[in-house]
Amino acid sequence: MIVTFPHMGNMHIAIKALMAGLKLEVIPPPPISKRTFELGIKNSPEFVCMPLKINLGNFIEALEKGADTIVMAGGWGPCRFGYYAQVEKEILEGMGYQFKMIVLEAPDSRIYDLVQQLKSLGENVSLWEAIKAIKYGWSKLNALEAVERSFDYYLPRARNQKRVEEIYDAASVSIDLAGSKTEAREAAWEAIRAMNCLELDSNQPLKIGLVGEIYTMLEPAANYDIFRLLGRMGVEVSRSTYLTEWINDHLMGGLVKKSTRKNLVACAKPYLNYEVGGHGLETVGNTVNYARQKYDGIIQIGPLTCMPEIVAQSILPRISEDEGVPCMTLWFDELTGTAGLNTRLEAFVDMLYRQKIRQTKNIKEA
Amino acid sequence: MRVGIPRGLFFHYYYPLWKTFFEDLGAEVITSLPTNRQTIEMGISSAVDEACFPIKVYYGHVRELCLGSLDYIFIPRLVSVETRSYICPKFMGLPDMIKACLPDLPPVIDMTVDVSKNDRMMVKEIARVGGLFCSRTKIIMEAYKHGQNELRKCRRFCIDQYNMSEAIRIWEGEQIPQPGDGDLNIGVLGHGYSVYDSKISMNLIERLRTMGCRVQVVETLDRGAIENCAATIPKRVFWTLGRKNVGAALYMEEQRGIDGIIYMACFGCGPDSMIGEIIERKVKSKPFMLLTIDEHTGEAGMVTRLEAFCDMLRRRRDLKSDSYISAHG
Repeated sequence: MIVTFPHMGNMHIAIKALMAGLKLEVIPPPPISKRTFELGIKNSPEFVCMPLKINLGNFIEALEKGADTIVMAGGWGPCRFGYYAQVEKEILEGMGYQFKMIVLEAPDSRIYDLVQQLKSLGENVSLWEAIKAIKYGWSKLNALEAVERSFDYYLPRARNQKRVEEIYDAASVSIDLAGSKTEAREAAWEAIRAMNCLELDSNQPLKIGLVGEIYTMLEPAANYDIFRLLGRMGVEVSRSTYLTEWINDHLMGGLVKKSTRKNLVACAKPYLNYEVGGHGLETVGNTVNYARQKYDGIIQIGPLTCMPEIVAQSILPRISEDEGVPCMTLWFDELTGTAGLNTRLEAFVDMLYRQKIRQTKNIKEA
Repeated sequence: MRVGIPRGLFFHYYYPLWKTFFEDLGAEVITSLPTNRQTIEMGISSAVDEACFPIKVYYGHVRELCLGSLDYIFIPRLVSVETRSYICPKFMGLPDMIKACLPDLPPVIDMTVDVSKNDRMMVKEIARVGGLFCSRTKIIMEAYKHGQNELRKCRRFCIDQYNMSEAIRIWEGEQIPQPGDGDLNIGVLGHGYSVYDSKISMNLIERLRTMGCRVQVVETLDRGAIENCAATIPKRVFWTLGRKNVGAALYMEEQRGIDGIIYMACFGCGPDSMIGEIIERKVKSKPFMLLTIDEHTGEAGMVTRLEAFCDMLRRRRDLKSDSYISAHG
């Protein structure tokens, strides 16, 4: 059994560690490239949302490299993602590939089910080893996110922005190679220390909150690396979604970390009073939350035609008006030109700068 | 008390129930006009661009109703109308979307319909909504029961080849001649609120009938048989309408009498993008056509495709179906 799985940002590093702990042979799909997009787009339904197309491209490239088992997550709606695995299986089988597909359906907040599902993947692994594997993968995720957080802090502030990006890229490689939990943690600390030593600009950067659908948030190939684009423009970006938080809220029932979800649901009222699947409620809740923390602006991102995000998008103008925060929605699809995105981001950031200058002037005059 | 019910989305499935319920409680029910150019334009200008066409049209209906004087407007939040199934995320946020986009609304009755686990919440919501008009729970529950009976009565009209919108018109007392027999028998699938709305679907069903086709829709088929066929799919489809469409497509494929299947999808509709693909892959022995609609108004393209489809079916029938080669290999 040679296992593969879809890409989602840095997730492959953690999954590789997890699968190694389960004594499975893994072939991660090659990094998402233009070819991945092309393969995915060519073989998927036309109007399906972009993550499915990238998934499919990943699977095709991994199967070409010799994988024979696909591990995929599932769900029970109402978002389309719950049916991804089935459609992908049909398409791949239609293309003539021979493989086995293991669908991990998100259990209803019962960690035991998840452990059992993962254990079924490991043929000769005890429950204790399975838990150890999860912990190992989890530690890598945490290490990566710690680096990401300081990356988001230092990129807009550092004089030498290139250096920040280099440190980050090097750190993700060394965390990937780390053989134990301690090594992963040390690699993260080293990167954070290195960023700490950089010379900083004295200007206070703009603060923008990024909200939206999880795949677009986490996968740089799906969002043209919007975090770097904004960081280079001197904007401190807060990510509303971290994979560890999502896993904690949805798979571990909020056991591992303190969950922020309750607060988000409370923030979303009265704008959105019901769960709408996907990340719709989180997007609305996060927007309100950032607005109340006096962020300079909010950008919503999602794949084109994403249903929960459309609900959120319809509500954002109201929040923008009531809470007094500029909001912008960006949809991502298979389009490959970044000039349009850059222009829109620059215009938005310029507008925020001017607004900020105006506000500080007013305060001084008063 | 005047209650407005927009003529869009699940109006086409539940109007008799809602109308009976409100009228039994002493309210006057006002509906918007059937979808027309003005409804569409009002809808497009107020909804976000990315929303699907039927949702935009619904905005138009709401705005039209707001022009008159109303005490309440009924915009239900349809989460789930049967166990462990959903409609679509947009339906779950619809009252909130509308409240955020249209500022001068009359008080909204945003009743939450969620029976995915049990119907305890549903009973509570009916009592809450009924409480706006009447203080006696018994009368409210009777009105609801009466509504359900009326809905059942209305659905029975579909056996005579009427689609759900026509059934509602008949239920309201209109006389509609029974659709005539044609030489072709075509199954038309898709979300009822777009297929049965003659403006959204560009009059698809009527057009097919004038081309000499008998049209079968989900409601004219045997419910139990559809569910049985839908259950053959490896993973239960968790969208109510999606499951019915998949089941109906598989059922139609088995029926010798059905010559071809047309699936009408909405541009940007989430479930359609998946369901259309599944049906296309499962239905291999019958001609299948996927039509995508959005707010564009050019009808010629669709007419051409329908004519071509019908011509092809007729030729295929004349050639005897043995020589047919599946497009899917």
